[in-house]
Amino acid sequence: MAASGERRIGDVVLKVENISLAFGGVRALNDVSFDIRAHEIRAIIGPNGAGKSSMLNVINGFYHPQQGRITFKDIARENFGPYDAASRGIARTFQNIALFKGMSTLDNIMTGRLLKMKVPFFWQLLRYGPAMREEVEHRRFVEGIIEFLEIQAIRKVPVGRLPYGLQKRVELGRALAMEPDLLLLDEPMAGMNVEEKEDMCRFILDINDEFGTTIALIEHDMSVVMDLSDRVVVLDYGRKIADGTPEEVRSNREVIDAYLGVRH
Amino acid sequence: MLYREAGQFKTRYEADMAVFPIRQDVIGIALIIAAAYILPPFLGHFVIGTVLIPFLVFSLAAMGLNLLTGYTGLLSLGTAGFMGVGAYACYKLTTLFPEVNILVWILLSGFFAAAVGVVFGLPSLRIKGFYLAVATLAAQFFLEWCFVRIPWLFNYNASGAIEVPSRALFGLPIVGPSATPLTRYYVILTIVVGLTWIASNIVHGRVGRTWMAVRDMDIAAELMGIRLLRAKLLAFAVSSYFCGVAGAVMMFLWYGGGEAKDTFSINLSFTILFMVIIGGLGSLLGAFFGAALLHLMPIFLKFGLPAMGVPLGGATAEHLTHIMTGALIIFFLIVEPHGLARLWATAKQKLRLWPFPH
Amino acid sequence: MLYSIFVDPFVQMVELPDLLVQVLWEGVVAGVLYALIALGFVLIFKASGVFNFAQGIMVVFAALSLVGLHENGVPAPLALVLTVAIMYALAWSIERIVLRPLVNQPDIILFMATFGISYLLIGLGEFIFGGQPKMMITDQLMLPRGAIDLQILGGRVTVQKLDIAAAVIAGMMVALLAVFFRSTRVGLALRAVADSHKAALSVGISLNHIWVVVWFTAGLVALVTGIMWGARSDVSFALQIIALKALPVLILGGFTSVPGAIVGGLIIGVGEKLGEFYWGPLVGGGIESWLAYLIALVFLLFRPQGLFGEKIIERI
Repeated sequence: MAASGERRIGDVVLKVENISLAFGGVRALNDVSFDIRAHEIRAIIGPNGAGKSSMLNVINGFYHPQQGRITFKDIARENFGPYDAASRGIARTFQNIALFKGMSTLDNIMTGRLLKMKVPFFWQLLRYGPAMREEVEHRRFVEGIIEFLEIQAIRKVPVGRLPYGLQKRVELGRALAMEPDLLLLDEPMAGMNVEEKEDMCRFILDINDEFGTTIALIEHDMSVVMDLSDRVVVLDYGRKIADGTPEEVRSNREVIDAYLGVRH
Repeated sequence: MLYREAGQFKTRYEADMAVFPIRQDVIGIALIIAAAYILPPFLGHFVIGTVLIPFLVFSLAAMGLNLLTGYTGLLSLGTAGFMGVGAYACYKLTTLFPEVNILVWILLSGFFAAAVGVVFGLPSLRIKGFYLAVATLAAQFFLEWCFVRIPWLFNYNASGAIEVPSRALFGLPIVGPSATPLTRYYVILTIVVGLTWIASNIVHGRVGRTWMAVRDMDIAAELMGIRLLRAKLLAFAVSSYFCGVAGAVMMFLWYGGGEAKDTFSINLSFTILFMVIIGGLGSLLGAFFGAALLHLMPIFLKFGLPAMGVPLGGATAEHLTHIMTGALIIFFLIVEPHGLARLWATAKQKLRLWPFPH
Repeated sequence: MLYSIFVDPFVQMVELPDLLVQVLWEGVVAGVLYALIALGFVLIFKASGVFNFAQGIMVVFAALSLVGLHENGVPAPLALVLTVAIMYALAWSIERIVLRPLVNQPDIILFMATFGISYLLIGLGEFIFGGQPKMMITDQLMLPRGAIDLQILGGRVTVQKLDIAAAVIAGMMVALLAVFFRSTRVGLALRAVADSHKAALSVGISLNHIWVVVWFTAGLVALVTGIMWGARSDVSFALQIIALKALPVLILGGFTSVPGAIVGGLIIGVGEKLGEFYWGPLVGGGIESWLAYLIALVFLLFRPQGLFGEKIIERI
C-alpha cells in the first residue's frame, strides 16, 4: 500500500446519470444523477427507504437499473455485473454484516485477494511452488491490513464469534484487501457505541488519507456525515433532493422537511 | 500434557500457513499413516476386507461429497450416481484398453464422473438449497437408469453386471479374483492418502476460500467479484472426481464386480450424506470420522454383539442399525450441529489449555 | 427419428383416444398420491419452515402401524383410532425431542434432522411390525374393491373403484383442511406462524403447541395417504423411493402452496405416465423413474419460484 501523502480531490471517477430502478411496481430510484470525484469522501444520506442501499447495489452491478447510465473511470457500461465492478476496483461493505461466518478473520480478509490470485488450479492441487509463493505474498499484504485495523489478536478467530463492532471492522478489512479505487460503505457505523464509531471514523479518514481511496458512504449519524464527508447527496423516496457540501445540505429546506417528515 | 504448542514460534508465513501448524499434529498424522501401512499384515482377511477396505472407500466418497456439500454448501443426493459413472467408466476403459495399467484407469475414470457432475451442476446457477437437491436426484435416478438400460456400459453381459477382470501391477495381481485383500487394501490406502493430501491442499488455498465464501454468503461473494457459476461448477467437478474414483475403487478393489444397479442406488447416496453430516460438514477429517462411525456401527451390531453373547438375528440387527443411525443423527445434530470433527476440535482446544479452563 | 419423437406419439393419441384417457386416468391416480404426500410437506413447511424429508416415511409408518395392529388382533376400527393416537404421540415426541432443541438452527440442520427421523421410523416400524411387506386391510376399512369398465370414445376404459374412492377422499380431506385453516382459532394461529415466527410469538401464540398440531395434521394426511397407497400395492418401506417424487411436485407447486401441491401432483403424475407410455418405448422404457425430476428441473430453470410462488428479489 503506497501512501499518497497529500490529499487532494481529483477528477470525476464515477458518474451516475438519470438512474431509475423499480421492483415490480415499486420505484426504488427515480432519475438520480450525481458524481464522485477521486479521493473524496462522498456521503449518501436520506430517511429509511430513500433508496440509498439500492443506489450502492446499482453502482456495484448487483441491481440493473431500467434507465440511466453509470460511468466509472471513463468507461460507460449500462449493465455490468458484480464481477465487472469488483475487477475494475469497486469494493463495498454491507448494511447487515455479510462476512463469511464459517471462516476466520484472516481467511475472510484473504477472500478480498481472490481476484488477484491467478496461479493455475494445478499448482493449487499441490499447494507448492507458485501456489505457495502467491499465498505468502498475499498473506503479507493482508497482514498489513490487519495491522492497520488493529485486529492482530483475532486473526485466527472464526468471525461468527466476534462482537459486532469487530465484525464491521473485519468487513472493512475484507473490502480494503481488494485495493479498491472506490470503496462503498453501507452504514459502517450502524449499531456501534461512541467509542467504536470514533475508531471507525478514524479508519475511514486514514484510508482516504493514506491510500487516497475514494469513498462513498451511507450513514445515519448526521454529526459523523458532517465531519467526514466532502460532499453529500440527499435521497428521499428514490429522488435526489439535494447535493452539495455538508453546510449547503444542512441548510437546505427540502432536506430539513424530509427529515422532519413534512408533507410535500 | 504432551499436547502443547508453547515454544513453537512461527517465523515465516509458510510455516504458519501449513495445514498442521502444530508439531504434535504432524507427528500424530505420521504415526497414523505409518500404522495404516505397517499393521494390516498382522490383521486377518476378515478385518481387512470387511472393516478397513470399506472404511477407506466410504471415506473417499464422503470426502468428495464434503467438498461439495460441506465446503461449497451445495446439497447433493446424487453421490452414488457419480460413483457409478466412475465405476462404469473404469470398466469400459480397462476392457477397451487392457494393456494400460488399471491404476491409471481408476484415476482417470474420475474425470468422467467430473464431466457428468458438471453437467448436472449447471442448474446450480439458478437454483439452490433444496431445489438443487432435486436436480441432483434427477442425476441419481437418470444415471441409475442408464446403468441398467444401456447394455454397452456393461459390455452386453447377460447378467447386466460388471465382471472385474484380473489386472496386475509389476506382476502382482491387484484387481480380480486372484488379488489378495491385503494387496487391494494397500492400493486403496495409497489412493486415499494421495487424494486426501490433494483435497487438503485445495481447501486450504484460493479455491477452498472461494468455495467457503460461496457457502457462507453467496451474495456477498458475488459482490466481491467471485463468479458463482465457475466456483460451483469447479466444486461439482472436483467433488464428482473424488466420488468417481471412489466408485471405481469400490467396484474394482472392494466388491470385485457385481450388479451396479443395486450398488449405486439412492440409498448409497443417503448413506454417504449421513457420513458427511455426522462427521462434520466442511471438514476432511470429518469424512473419516463419519465413515468410521456409520460403517463400523452396523458391523459391530451384526458381529460384535453375538460375539459378546447377545444373540441377534440378521434382520433385527439391520433394524437396530436403522434406529441407531437415526438416533445418532438427531443426537449429534442437537449436541453439535457441526459434527464429530467439531467435537474433536473442541477436545483438542481443551487439551491445549489443560488443566486451565481458558 | 424426429418423426417418432414429435409426431408419432400424438398420432397415436388421436387415433386411440380411449387409450389416451386410460393413460391420463392412471396419471391422475398417481398424481393424487404424490399430491397427498406433498400436502404433508407443505403443511409442515408453512408452519415451521422445516423441510420434512420424513413425510414419505411417515406415510409408510402410519400404514404399517394400522396393518400391524390389525395383524396382532386389534379390530380394524380400534386399530384406526390407535394409529391416530400413535401419529399424535409421534408428533408430540418429534416436537419435544427434535424440534425444540434445534430451534433457531439453520434450515439445513433441521432438514438433516428429518433424515434422522426417517431412519428412526424405518427402523422402529420394521423392528416392531417386521420387515416383510404387508397387505392393507382394505375390506375391513370398508373400501371398495373391483373395477368399472366405461365404454367411451369407441373403446373401453377400466377404472378401479378404489382409485375413485381415493380421489374423493383426498378431495374431501383438502376441503376439510381448508375449512380448518380458514375458520378455527388454531387455523388462524397456524397462518400467523406461517407468515412470521417472531411476530406470532409476540402476540402470544405458542409455537410448541402449533408445531405439535401441524405435525399431527401432517401425520393424519400421511395415514390417509398410507391407506390409499397400501390398498393399491402393499405396505413396505420400498415406498420411500416413490415418496421422493413429492419433491418435484413441491418444486412445481411451490413449498408453501396447498393448491400448488395438488396441481403439481397432477402435472407430475399425468406427465410421467404420458411420457412413459408414449415416449418411453423409444429409449427402452422405465423412464418413469427419473422423468418427474427432469420435468421439475426444466421447469425450475424457467421459473425458479414455482407455479404459485412470487418472484424472489434478492436483497443485501
